Amino acid sequence: MENIIEIKGLHFSYESDDAEKKPVEVLKGIDLDIKQGEFVAVLGHNGCGKSTLAKHLNAILLPTEGTVIVDGIDTKDNEKLFDLRQRAGMVFQNPDNQIVSSVVEEDVAFALENLGVPYEEMRRRVDDSLKAVGMYDYRLHSPSQLSGGQKQRVAIAGIIAMEPKCIILDEPTAMLDPQGRKEVLATIHRMNREKGITIVLITHYMDEAADCDRVVVMDKGMVVLDNVPAKVFSQVDKLKAIGLDVPQVTELAWELLKAGCDISPEIISEEECAAAIEKLFNS
Amino acid sequence: MLRDITIGQYFPGNSVIHRLDPRFKIIITIIYIVMLFTGDNFLCLAVGAVFTFGAILLSRIPLKMFFKSVKPLFIFLIITSLINLLFMSRGDVLFEWKFIKITDEGLTTSAFMVIRIVLLIMGTSLLTYTTSPITLTDAIERLLSPLRKIKFPVHELAMMMSIALRFIPTLIEETDKIMSAQKARGAEIDTGSFAVRAKNLVSILVPLFISAFRRADELATAMECRCYHGGEGRTRLRQLRSAPRDYIALAVTVLFLAAVIVLGKLF
Amino acid sequence: MAILETQELTYTYSVGTPFEKTAVDHVSLKIEEGEMIGVMGHTGSGKSTLIQHFNGLLKPTSGKVLLDGKDIWADKDKIRDVRFKVGLVFQYPEYQIFEETVYKDIAFGPKNMGLDEAEIKRRVYETAHDIGLSEELLERSPFELSGGQKRRVAIAGVMAMEPRVLILDEPTAGLDPAGRDKILDHIKSYHERTKNTILIVSHSMEDIATFADRILVMSKAKLFCCDETVKVFARADEISRIGLDVPQITRVFGELKRRGLDFGKEVYTVGYARDLLLRQLKEREVR
Repeated sequence: MENIIEIKGLHFSYESDDAEKKPVEVLKGIDLDIKQGEFVAVLGHNGCGKSTLAKHLNAILLPTEGTVIVDGIDTKDNEKLFDLRQRAGMVFQNPDNQIVSSVVEEDVAFALENLGVPYEEMRRRVDDSLKAVGMYDYRLHSPSQLSGGQKQRVAIAGIIAMEPKCIILDEPTAMLDPQGRKEVLATIHRMNREKGITIVLITHYMDEAADCDRVVVMDKGMVVLDNVPAKVFSQVDKLKAIGLDVPQVTELAWELLKAGCDISPEIISEEECAAAIEKLFNS
Repeated sequence: MLRDITIGQYFPGNSVIHRLDPRFKIIITIIYIVMLFTGDNFLCLAVGAVFTFGAILLSRIPLKMFFKSVKPLFIFLIITSLINLLFMSRGDVLFEWKFIKITDEGLTTSAFMVIRIVLLIMGTSLLTYTTSPITLTDAIERLLSPLRKIKFPVHELAMMMSIALRFIPTLIEETDKIMSAQKARGAEIDTGSFAVRAKNLVSILVPLFISAFRRADELATAMECRCYHGGEGRTRLRQLRSAPRDYIALAVTVLFLAAVIVLGKLF
Repeated sequence: MAILETQELTYTYSVGTPFEKTAVDHVSLKIEEGEMIGVMGHTGSGKSTLIQHFNGLLKPTSGKVLLDGKDIWADKDKIRDVRFKVGLVFQYPEYQIFEETVYKDIAFGPKNMGLDEAEIKRRVYETAHDIGLSEELLERSPFELSGGQKRRVAIAGVMAMEPRVLILDEPTAGLDPAGRDKILDHIKSYHERTKNTILIVSHSMEDIATFADRILVMSKAKLFCCDETVKVFARADEISRIGLDVPQITRVFGELKRRGLDFGKEVYTVGYARDLLLRQLKEREVR
């Protein structure tokens, strides 16, 4: 598979307004490749640099050092800025602060309007996107009438309408209730499965990361773990040390392992956990 | 509760008036205003009234909503009529007491003015009652678009308007929440002396402003991510298409205007 | 006597309009002094409306709210005193911060109570300590702080009123695991020190399981149950049916039961699960 995102030696520092103060280095040398069609979770606590990394994938921020290449476009290439943003769409945390229009369908059309897509095509793409996220029936509603999860799905539809190859979601569920979280996650997974869109999901919920193809853990501006979920979560000590959780099932297996039981800590689902415990009792 | 306030006073519906092209509705409203102000006798006003009530009937919005729209301006109406009543010295004196002198012409002028203003308010309310604020903004943008040639920021203004409309419910809800939170800390907002209330207002306004700026900042980033780059080369999902009924409505309005002008000249 | 009690509490929004909706429907419950209670219910279940009745922000359409056995609406002019006795921390409370220093913001509530400077100072320092804000932060602007710190300043602002009942609406929403643990730990130690009654609304069953003596569950405007934590999680199936989750670990033990391994105990924390399993394994070896 081809890489859709290639990050090489990425450093980023925020320039302070105060010239006396030293710039704060947020990203300290990141190398990361993401393959076309992958579903990757980027885990880390607040302030570890994961949001800053996300903003680089869309040229909202540009590297202080190193390169970020998305679908063959260097994010520093200003000529291809709109091209880039169309191919790698971004969904943010607060559903309220990314909806521009007072009518759902017009919000979904916003990017297409900006790109100058002709009416007939725009109409088709807006309707298709709304259907894809299950919000077609709400197309004439005002966003203020929607729940958090629904608003977030509208925001996703607005990105899907651009027909991107990749969607970056920056903590899209942090402000939602469990119902809203489920809706949004189901939608993202479906987009990945059915449309083959690459997903980069920034989150601090470990249970969301457990369902991904791959988990990248960040700490202090660096990538510290990068593997399939079961392998990442089995490093319970390391994750706890950097202020992250592991799923309860993984934690239980790990605790039992520490107490001398013959059990693998590479467990991320309830069924696996129950099966492993059953095995302990039967042996 | 603050949430209950409806902004824009739009009554969704599907009447002929609702379906008119908003651009035409704006132009018709302008002609309507001209109509009311060119006619200077009661006959002209009667023609204007026929037009107003005809349109209201077609809109299928209850008449009482239109009287409601006049209510906030009640005091203004009383003052206008009093001024006309008291300071018009022409005509035959009907009533005199100390310095107060009421003439027949004063009486008719004041009645004329009041009716004219009431019609004006009711007619223009019809525009906002039957057109959603967002459609209205859109129509204004398109009507003003020729001004872009002289570097007038038509698109920017319209965008600002529509974002404001989008965030009004959000900010109202937020105000509600902040008010409750400060009340929970013992701030007196509904009760207490004026000085205390004014001071406590700060505890609501500061968080509200901070939050509005944060929202603006995040929205700007989100818009950039969706390739926003001003009005140039933009296409629109919302298509405004004029239908025969729009031209008919316009023609009828022009006919009414002509009638008013003729009646004004004749009598 | 219960510190907080509701009798047939009902609240209807927008009475007499097409939008009329009963958000809380004949809820009767009792909360005892010193309890730590978890409040669950999904969005729209009426839990937020319910808790806003406890401190008199909302007035019941019918029914009563009793504080120390007295109807809080008996004397309308005293409703402000109720708000000092029952402290309510809203969701995302950091958005209500407005003063220029942390100290002043925490002092806002106590000042509204009309306390003298010395008492205000004592309370600000004490609550800042309780919630884990160091003293040098007190003179800083709250807007320079991190998200988690701001959240703690806002919580301290309500704690400083020394309410006998403290209600927190999703105090950990949007925080990362470390920030969440910190806030929950500080609330727990505040509870241990003051022995005040605490109600915490949370969507995380895993969190509720770690602190709650009892759990209050709202569903569709009605009180689903208000019972001991063990007993509530024992009804895992019913809880899932009303759209709420039980802790993952509880579901694992449900699965084990289906597989024929019944330990006869309700399990809802990892620590308990580990001890239980190890004990059982040992017994099996002995046999």
